[in-house]
Amino acid sequence: MKPAKFDYWAPASVDEALALLTRYGGEAKILAGGQSLVPLLNFRLSRPAALIDINRIPALAYIRAENIAEPGPAHGRPPTTEGVLTVRIGAMTRQRTIEFSPAIAERVPLLTEATRWVGHLPIRSRGTIGGSLAHADPSAEYPTVLTALGGSVVARGPKGERTIAGSELFQTYLTTSLAADEILTEVRLPAPPAGAGYAFEELARRHGDFALVGIAAVIARQGERCTMARLATSGAGPVPLRLRAAEEILERDGFGDAAIEAAGRRASELVNPDSDIHASADYRRHLAGVLTQRAIKRALTQATGG
Amino acid sequence: MVDGLFSALRLTRSEAGDEIVRTLPGNSAPATSWIGQPIKRVEDARLLTGRGTFIDDHPPVANVCHAAIVRSPHAHARILGYDVADALARPGVVGVVTGEDVAKSTKPFSVGVTAPVHYYCAATDRARFVGEPVAVVIARDRYLAEDAADAVRVDYEPLPVVTDPERALASDAPILHEAVGSNLAGHRRLVYGDPDRAFAEADVVIRERFRFPKYGSTPIETYGIIARWDPLDGILTVWSNFMGPFIMHPLTARVLGLPENRLRFIVPPDIGGSFGIKSSIYPYIALIGLCAMKTGASAVKWIEDRREHLLASSSGTDRIADRELAARRDGTVLGMRYRWLDNVGGYIRSPEPGCSFRPIGNFVGPYRFQNLEVDASVVMTNKSLTGPNRGYACGHLYFETEGMMDRLADRVGLDPAEVRRRNLIPAEAFPYRTPTGGLYDSGDYAAAFDKALEIARYDELKRERDRARAAGRYVGIGLALAVDPSVSNMGYVATALDPQFRAKPEYLPKSGAVDSATVKIDPLGRVTVVMGTTPQGQGHQTVVSQIMADELGVTPRDVTVVDEMDTFTRVWSISSGTYSSRFGSVGTSAAALAARKLKAKLVEYAAHLMEASPEALEFRDGAVRFRTGKGPSYSIKDLAGRAHWHTQSLPDGMEPALQATAVFGFTVSQAVDAEDRVNSSNTYGFIAEVMAVEVDPATAQIRILRYVTVHDAGTIINPMIAEGQIYGGALHGLGGALLEELAYDEDGQLLTGTFMDYLVPTASEAPEIDIAHVVSPSPLTTLGSKGLGESSSMTVPAVLANAVSDALAPIGVRITELPITPSRLWRLIREAKRP
Amino acid sequence: MDSGELAHVRLTVNGVPHEGRCPPRKLLVDFVREDLGLTGTHVGCEHGICGACTILVDGEAMRSCLMLAVQADGAQLTTVEGLARDGQLHPLQEAFREHHGLQCGFCTPGMLLTALDFLRTNPQPSEQEIREGISAVLCRCTGYHGIIKAVAAAAPVLKKS
Repeated sequence: MKPAKFDYWAPASVDEALALLTRYGGEAKILAGGQSLVPLLNFRLSRPAALIDINRIPALAYIRAENIAEPGPAHGRPPTTEGVLTVRIGAMTRQRTIEFSPAIAERVPLLTEATRWVGHLPIRSRGTIGGSLAHADPSAEYPTVLTALGGSVVARGPKGERTIAGSELFQTYLTTSLAADEILTEVRLPAPPAGAGYAFEELARRHGDFALVGIAAVIARQGERCTMARLATSGAGPVPLRLRAAEEILERDGFGDAAIEAAGRRASELVNPDSDIHASADYRRHLAGVLTQRAIKRALTQATGG
Repeated sequence: MVDGLFSALRLTRSEAGDEIVRTLPGNSAPATSWIGQPIKRVEDARLLTGRGTFIDDHPPVANVCHAAIVRSPHAHARILGYDVADALARPGVVGVVTGEDVAKSTKPFSVGVTAPVHYYCAATDRARFVGEPVAVVIARDRYLAEDAADAVRVDYEPLPVVTDPERALASDAPILHEAVGSNLAGHRRLVYGDPDRAFAEADVVIRERFRFPKYGSTPIETYGIIARWDPLDGILTVWSNFMGPFIMHPLTARVLGLPENRLRFIVPPDIGGSFGIKSSIYPYIALIGLCAMKTGASAVKWIEDRREHLLASSSGTDRIADRELAARRDGTVLGMRYRWLDNVGGYIRSPEPGCSFRPIGNFVGPYRFQNLEVDASVVMTNKSLTGPNRGYACGHLYFETEGMMDRLADRVGLDPAEVRRRNLIPAEAFPYRTPTGGLYDSGDYAAAFDKALEIARYDELKRERDRARAAGRYVGIGLALAVDPSVSNMGYVATALDPQFRAKPEYLPKSGAVDSATVKIDPLGRVTVVMGTTPQGQGHQTVVSQIMADELGVTPRDVTVVDEMDTFTRVWSISSGTYSSRFGSVGTSAAALAARKLKAKLVEYAAHLMEASPEALEFRDGAVRFRTGKGPSYSIKDLAGRAHWHTQSLPDGMEPALQATAVFGFTVSQAVDAEDRVNSSNTYGFIAEVMAVEVDPATAQIRILRYVTVHDAGTIINPMIAEGQIYGGALHGLGGALLEELAYDEDGQLLTGTFMDYLVPTASEAPEIDIAHVVSPSPLTTLGSKGLGESSSMTVPAVLANAVSDALAPIGVRITELPITPSRLWRLIREAKRP
Repeated sequence: MDSGELAHVRLTVNGVPHEGRCPPRKLLVDFVREDLGLTGTHVGCEHGICGACTILVDGEAMRSCLMLAVQADGAQLTTVEGLARDGQLHPLQEAFREHHGLQCGFCTPGMLLTALDFLRTNPQPSEQEIREGISAVLCRCTGYHGIIKAVAAAAPVLKKS
């Protein structure tokens, strides 16, 4: 299985890459980590006229933590004058770098945990966060984390930069709202409040496989009161889903067994999964409920809050 | 006849010259034995450092061109025409071969049934499964060949598709082969004893339908072929990772219209796994061979890619089995009925219907019932083709039988271990002739079973299970017992034909299981052994060096073993090759016999030099010595130097050079008789397994808590290698039970066409295994060894299904279908719990 | 560059500088095998799942079937041929031999380099962690038992050195 012919460019800057995208008028593909794209090329399922390899743009790989005044719209906390601590990750940051980053482990540990579910180490050596989000596989882990944290991405095009909220980014299977002449350059993840607990629960058929269903949970508490609950899915529909109605049950009723069970039940009602050879829609729906409960319980074990 | 074979002396017979070589107890048993030692492998040095020679490494000829195969996107379609002009014009293209060329220049393959199925190495009139080759492009490199393959246009007329074997036999089903008139490739009804009476007299009759999935062992190395045609000599040389049986050599010669001694098969020293799958490369050998013969390329190379392998290589059958069991209320089985629909795919490709008949000798497994009816239908549908796969048909057989034994236990209120014990063939009965003609050479099934139960602490395990069950957990225990048949007798294939057909004078009966070895000593006294086996990781070089060390008093490191098959240079026959776990018995026997022949020659030579009588001498500790221990001795080195440099010193009539070739054949390999009885294998091992599992009620995931397996494979030559085979075989079985399936949709499109969807077990899925051995040496092989390669691939589907069924017994769920995916199991649990 | 042009690839493999020219679409694994003649790295699936093609690129394990040769321009590669030194097996290779961590040998190069990288990120792994670490490579022969034992045995040896 060898790829069909393509022109090949390895620009040194984002502007150069954008110019190439425009030049090829939608017939070029961005090559980031290649862990999703190259298989498609090898199968000849994708036959772009050109590949624009952005692996040689060092300015696209970084991890910074900053206070940002304009948090992503779905963050749910009232904006403060100091802004929200946000981790800014360059799109070409390798999943492996994320996995071992102390900065990320400290501020958005949900991402660290989710990264361990992403394929295997050799895949993470090459795969990037930007590539994963732009590819938008419905069973991938990173889009779910973006959704759970209320994050956003920065896209740059010929007309300039714009910020796209996670909730606006994923449109359907393998489709984002990125324009054909745009490149995703940065991922912004607001750090959850101090003391929040997190969990990424996933069930896959084998270790390292895409999730049959995955649930990301971020929980903040004050005693028995839930001050924040964020629940997002993977593998339970064409795009990650924020399980807002399930979150509300916790935020309203707290963390008793009945509330968690109710949240789980609601989760399975909210999702609209597909059937495939690996799992039926009913099973996925059921799993969504089970994993939601497990994720909530596990997130709770770490959530501190007087 | 049977008694004559098993006298106090172990007698073996080699085909060459009908010699009988006695192996007297105490004959030159060395002080330290290399046989039985887990010595490190000689193969590892090259394999660990990337210096293996697999088919895709180091092309043996220069200027090789590369082939890319155009394959049908339709599961069933008439082929109306080809347009290859565009493809031919593409850069680097040397030629294009289409199904039209195949129909004109080749013959269809012989098939093992009388139905007139025309199976060519590429689709000719119709494509009958997605992925069937329809054309081949040959170009300077694979990239260019694939570009040109994209440009080949084939005109198809799609036809209705059928993929289910039951559906394919319905009167309104689409017919794949007009000449046959139905999709039934073959049907036999075999009756042994009096099953009707057994069922009439039974206290208990149990019925169940089982479904076994289509899957294959997917070795990490795919098929690879390099074909070179020399038009002046008329010789086609094919290098490939074909591992046998070499019955495919004359088959392929006939198809290409070549005299058999103008077709040369060479197998590289390293093959990246096969598990039977590479048996079925031979149609591609014909196809690529034809490409070499028809185009201007000096040599054509084709390396199968993974997509092609999943689409169109080989696999086991999917089967629908209707089983019936008749028993007394004390649990004694009186008889069984097997009714099978085996789906062989778009064509019945040899050696099918081995899918039904390969295990005929051990159809009854380890049980002593005498009454059996087998109704075996082999059905063609629009799926890829089947063939030998690890455990060939035994995974299917034991999944069904062991499932029935558990149902029997449940019905008569006996422990599943007890009901099996009551039916086991007793130790005193060996060698045991089964009602279907199998000759179980040795075994003590009860002892091996008891050992498995003991290691598993079965009684304690049951108590733990009962406690867990009381607490609402789904914990279960499964058992599986299997007779492990190794070394095919080629005669089994004839069971597919009616006895009346076989009785015709023009019909040539089939029988045999043969292998050869040559041991030679070079002028400086070093030993080289030449084998014609085709190992794919089983460590033949190491094992043979251990045997030579014991026989000739050298150390394994001093022995060079050359193990590369070449039909021009090796002694071989149609059963040659490395499949059906035959090396462990036939290959090792041939090696040992060749060494003994050579030793006899050394003794004779030394006797001549010492002017002594050969009876006064013996070969011991690497030299020929007087039996008394006094006097001179001649080492191998002494004798070698003289023999090579001074042939005048040889006795009159002795052939010069120090070498011996032995061809070992099993005399118990006989043709099927008029009552459809045949000893389909030559040595029979035994496996007893216990498995405990827990099913998570929330997710239906299965966790293996305990897995014990006891194997009896006769004498074990290298325990490390033996254990490796068991771990590997078990994981193949686990894959089939839980993860792997070649799944098709209604249009015959393969849904699991990549490794993302065809799920091969990883290290995370590998269970802990407690392995133990018992040894019942085979009286039929030189060293008492049997084969061991299929091992737990045959039993894990059964033991796992039985364990899960036991775990879910409180809600009445029984597994009848594989793979047991969490989604399917969850549905079964949910349906069982509905009021 | 245009699809019809040849990329100039300069890289270091096992400490030795190499160069070659190939079309931009040529996969790194094919370049290593054909242009560099290093056939120890094997092709098993060409879609990044089986791991047989795994090599180290700038010290990290990567699937060479999912990289283009041109992407390795300027990189330092380690292939299986670079593990043994002066006729001495690498401790990981020794451990594989000792514990029967291979049968047919086809996945072995990928398994070795994957294990090596894994042990560098986790020098003192538990058995469960080893299982997960080597789940990146598919083996059809060994059932993984010997491989797990080999990696466990090699870990302390490598940690010391």
